[in-house]
Amino acid sequence: MSRIAGRFQQLAQQGRKALIPYVVAGDPALEITVPLMHRMVQAGADIIELGVPFSDPMSEGPVLQLGHERALANGIGLRHVLKMVGEFREQDSTTPVLLMGYANPVEHMGYEAFADAAAAAGVDGLLTVDIPPEEVAHLNQQLQRVGIDNIFLVAPTTPDQRVGRITAQASGFIYYVSLKGVTGAGHLDVADVAEHLAVIRRHSQLPVAVGFGIKDAASAAAVASVADGVVVGSALVDSMARSLDAGGDREAAMEAALALLREIRSGIDSIAS
Amino acid sequence: MTSNVTDDVFAAVPDADGRFGVYGGKFVAETLMSALAELECVYRTLSADPEFQRELDEDLAQYVGRPSPLYEARRWSRSIGGARIFLKREDLNHTGAHKVNNTVGQALLAKHMGKPRVIAETGAGQHGVATATIAARLGLQCQVFMGEEDVHRQALNVYRMKLLGAEVIPVKSGSRTLKDAMNEAMRDWVTNVENTFYIIGTVAGPHPYPLLVRDFQCVIGREARRQALAQTGKLPDALVACVGGGSNAIGLFHPFLRDDGVAMYGVEAGGHGVASNLHAAPLTAGSPGVLHGNRTYLMQDADGQIMDTHSVSAGLDYPGVGPEHAWLKDIGRVNYVVATDEEALRAFHTLTRVEGIMPALESSHALAYAEKLAAGMTPDQVVVVNLSGRGDKDIHTVAQIDGIEL
Repeated sequence: MSRIAGRFQQLAQQGRKALIPYVVAGDPALEITVPLMHRMVQAGADIIELGVPFSDPMSEGPVLQLGHERALANGIGLRHVLKMVGEFREQDSTTPVLLMGYANPVEHMGYEAFADAAAAAGVDGLLTVDIPPEEVAHLNQQLQRVGIDNIFLVAPTTPDQRVGRITAQASGFIYYVSLKGVTGAGHLDVADVAEHLAVIRRHSQLPVAVGFGIKDAASAAAVASVADGVVVGSALVDSMARSLDAGGDREAAMEAALALLREIRSGIDSIAS
Repeated sequence: MTSNVTDDVFAAVPDADGRFGVYGGKFVAETLMSALAELECVYRTLSADPEFQRELDEDLAQYVGRPSPLYEARRWSRSIGGARIFLKREDLNHTGAHKVNNTVGQALLAKHMGKPRVIAETGAGQHGVATATIAARLGLQCQVFMGEEDVHRQALNVYRMKLLGAEVIPVKSGSRTLKDAMNEAMRDWVTNVENTFYIIGTVAGPHPYPLLVRDFQCVIGREARRQALAQTGKLPDALVACVGGGSNAIGLFHPFLRDDGVAMYGVEAGGHGVASNLHAAPLTAGSPGVLHGNRTYLMQDADGQIMDTHSVSAGLDYPGVGPEHAWLKDIGRVNYVVATDEEALRAFHTLTRVEGIMPALESSHALAYAEKLAAGMTPDQVVVVNLSGRGDKDIHTVAQIDGIEL
């Protein structure tokens, strides 16, 4: 069983929901990422989702675009992100780590080379925003060879009959995008999310996490009442950026993100079954 | 003589998944997959519908002003002293470039799909103007995404779009040029996919865009083929077109692909020279990758990040290229070459002075290469150059380079 599947199983036994924070690797500074990962685990993260910076992050809203730009300005690339995961693994062998990014850096490294390097670093899952099931066959072969889960998005616009095609390729969990739009946008409609999750569950036994548009304890709690996990990204990245803009140091920036994460953790736990 | 084997090769792309060999495909976020499927389905139905074709042909004739002439540039040809050069006059189309062939077609699709709003990305502003124009005519709401850099470089076209009732949205992310405008248009489309039709301006993007934009632009090559036969009694010996995303080039080339005797040259933007890294020539100096929904040749660094490009012409300033061009390069059917900023500017002045035709800086790249090519050919041979757009929009750029204040 993969680390991701194991973690969801363990949470289900405890009647808890997964908290999955997302930060962009190397944002706001290269030195922050690994310590921040450890501290997010202490603050209640169950799975860490690490954004792989890309020059053209087409699905990101303004907050995460800036995160990607800051990280790239710090000179980070995919190889460096994998090194960070390896460093994290030296002290934490249990928390699953998921990479989220775009096709081209993985494509450029080569699927086989990426799979080997990612497995060696201790990566557990990959979510490539712009590789839908239609294009994933070769990549999936390589990921399966090394036991890395491939996480797929299901969107509000995904027709019911297509959901099965997606879940058939997926492992680890399904990532439901709670709204039409980019990361960090809009406000979410929990009843609508619940309806879509019901469709996904008819097609798959995999846990379902929900992301895009979750900003605080209240929205996280609402989503956790219907999903197996909650992804929060833009709000964390924004809290660090705001703290730095207000003249705070790196420690203050990390603490701003961690305070928000703890709040969201308690929001999620408040609805525990 | 046309062989069946050759026929099969060109008829087989794109395949049902939108692939040209290993290139093309549908590399987009899940939110857009059903919109692409719907577009594909509607396009398949409408492109086979005689009534839709009649509507399109009428727009091309009455609104765009087609067919465009195939003009023999006699004075220029004589001054070079080689082949006879003919110019396919896409600059004479309504709005001044080939872009309108495609926007007329896609706007008709939007109308049939009942989408009240269209969006577009634009670099030089030609595609934005062509989209705003057709949106005005059909009463569609129109927003055009344009890199902040280009908004400054192309102030005239920005104002044209505003006069036409479109809203121009400056894009401040990334390198603030065409690729970032396309990112932002994709983000808008993801958000408003239900009421919005995204009119992509070139033969790139996810399937079915490279297919349908090609189909709409093929009117250029179909006319040129007929005109060449009528005016010269034979097929041309060579075709030359500039390649940014590659829509005017594929429009000219595609109807000739099966004609083995017709050589083809796609001219990329060499900028300050390919060795300088300041260029926009992914087919010449790039490598395959995935961007904006398709696998194709890209300008990218060792980490797979997309590189900034440079060209004197905003319309060629793009790090990718249509997937069909990537495939045509690999199979060796089309030769991809470069012309530098300097060569293009020289050709701009030459054609203006010798023929009284002011070409767009994009098209000037094709002219620059055609001049070299024709010089090595004989007067019984024929070269057709796609004069994809007129140069009025570039007057400020040229004046600035020449040190003249307007």
